[in-house]
Amino acid sequence: MPEVLKAPLVVEFPFTRSLGPVQSAFLTGLRERVVLGVKTTDGRTLVPPVEYDPVTAEEIRDLVEVAPTGTVTTWAWNHAPRRGQPLDTPFAWVLVRMDGADTALLHALDAPGPDAVHTGMRVRVRWAEERSGAITDIACFEPYDGDPAEPTGHSGEFEAPITGIVAPARLDYTYSPGRAQTAYINALSARRAVGERCPSCRKVYVPPRGACPTCGVATSEQVEVGPRGTVTTFCIVNIKAKNLDIEVPYVYAHIALDGADLAQHGRIGGIPYDQVRMGLRVEPVWTEGARFPDHYRPTGEPDAEYDTYKELL
Amino acid sequence: MTREIAVVAFAQTDHRRTTEELSEVEMLMPVLHDVLDQTGLKTADIDFTCSGSSDYLAGRAFSFTLALDGVGAWPPISESHVEMDGAWALYEAWTKLLTGDADTALVYAYGKSSPGSVRDVLTRQLDPYYVAPLWPDSVALAALQAQALIDAGHTDEPELAAVASRSRADATANSHAQLRGSIPQGDYLVRPLRTGDCPPIGDGAAAVILAAGERARELCTRPAWIRGIDHRIEAHSLGVRDLTDSPSTRLAAEKAGAFERPVDTAELHAPFTSQEVVLRKALGLDDTVRVNPSGGALAANPMMAAGLIRIGEAAARIHRAESDRALAHATSGPCLQQNLVAVLEGDPR
Ligand SMILES: [Zn+2]
Repeated sequence: MPEVLKAPLVVEFPFTRSLGPVQSAFLTGLRERVVLGVKTTDGRTLVPPVEYDPVTAEEIRDLVEVAPTGTVTTWAWNHAPRRGQPLDTPFAWVLVRMDGADTALLHALDAPGPDAVHTGMRVRVRWAEERSGAITDIACFEPYDGDPAEPTGHSGEFEAPITGIVAPARLDYTYSPGRAQTAYINALSARRAVGERCPSCRKVYVPPRGACPTCGVATSEQVEVGPRGTVTTFCIVNIKAKNLDIEVPYVYAHIALDGADLAQHGRIGGIPYDQVRMGLRVEPVWTEGARFPDHYRPTGEPDAEYDTYKELL
Repeated sequence: MTREIAVVAFAQTDHRRTTEELSEVEMLMPVLHDVLDQTGLKTADIDFTCSGSSDYLAGRAFSFTLALDGVGAWPPISESHVEMDGAWALYEAWTKLLTGDADTALVYAYGKSSPGSVRDVLTRQLDPYYVAPLWPDSVALAALQAQALIDAGHTDEPELAAVASRSRADATANSHAQLRGSIPQGDYLVRPLRTGDCPPIGDGAAAVILAAGERARELCTRPAWIRGIDHRIEAHSLGVRDLTDSPSTRLAAEKAGAFERPVDTAELHAPFTSQEVVLRKALGLDDTVRVNPSGGALAANPMMAAGLIRIGEAAARIHRAESDRALAHATSGPCLQQNLVAVLEGDPR
């Protein structure tokens, strides 16, 4: 088996999320260095506050300020911080019950080492220098040996409350396409289109995905197809895609390569867009160093009869 | 309950650190063929198909639709998918069979953790407002739970190490397992959890066939009848929960009838040693119950499939007449947030 193809794949996206009234007040409060909780109907104070009672599912809106100091309820020492975590030096993950709260908040505790951390220890918020209304406005917690700080009695009403957050996320992968597609991509880089035949229904799939979707069995027999093919259907693209150096209008088509039982898609060139038609015979056009055809152009052969490709539409 | 429904076949891959030479459907297909071969069923004989997987693991959008190539989904089949462990796909299939709309169901699950970093990927399932922006990885959250157990006096590091070594020793009899035999407890990964307290990271797949009533008896000499199955969830905020207990597991077990009679076997989906301590307590399992004879998730933990594998392993022991009444458990989310319990029985021997 040839070496497996691999390539880095980065999935990166900023999630834009709107906030409910309780979440908005809590995160706006962090921006203003105020820690808010919410009262449940049975009188408990939840920090961080939520919009609905976790036990009764009732809507809860009664905001109450708590202190920026608290007590560690459990902890875990993280000697190797990972990307995105609150501190880039070793720290303790902690659940902290803020003074005045009945539940605990997850965050990081900056401490010199695991021996300096224990359940029950007293901590206080270390505020981030720049705050925008996010959980990261708390830079982390730090050890604290004073009395509980006094809340200021904040009402939970703020000027210019935030209504949403943008949470960036990035995940890194190493993509490998698997056996069948690796073989296809390797052949294609030598300008050969190689599909795989289903041992049961005998259909040839190009590109192959390793299984016949009709029969649910593995394909393995390699079959070279093309290079010529037939346009089975097409559309005319009138809007220029970003970063794509192709003049519009152009034609994007389904092309059944000779010997293939599944059409693939490609751009049609070398012919005015309004003269492309179903049944047009085409061949690939390669550019220097490319790993796949740049586009397909007419071969000059007579058009294929409809009956020869009607099953491939 | 008006219909008796049983697990009649189970198969799983050999779970490995990486299967980079295979696409997901290429990894999955052999187990689908395995369960079909065990029962003599063809794709066309399956009334309902349900799967569990997550695109986040391998970073491939709509990967579950490509996986359907391995089922033979044309002409169109009756099919569903859950973005959860396959144990929940089995639950959906079980309800489908209960309605009488289907007599047979194929349930499968697969997960490829090798292309990405599963510890980081799993942070994306957390509360996006207050928790996910801190990127607390799955080991860190389990470690917070472990420390809470130690502080409460429910366990200590030597006991956790004993869970790890028993699991990997039992896995020597399981050719599919990824971690087997004598595995050192290793250094702290996130203290108090050491590498030995954590599950292996790997790729794998599993499949199960369910059948109702007489159909089950035709397909299997000793069907594993699902006497009850239920799943429950806890509050999503970790700081609201008592991490030393699992009331959702206890409630699911009660609803599934687990406490009506003792079980002889329990397959628990406890990816971390400390979570077995929580589950044993919640389920009231004593030393007479054989826990995780397969080695459990500490021996092989293919994401999205490891819960379904617990049900499959419990059923397979009933098929082989090594168990008469078994409990199977699956979990989802951080620190045992959501839990499913199934009770399986064989016909009297
Ligand atoms: Zn076929």
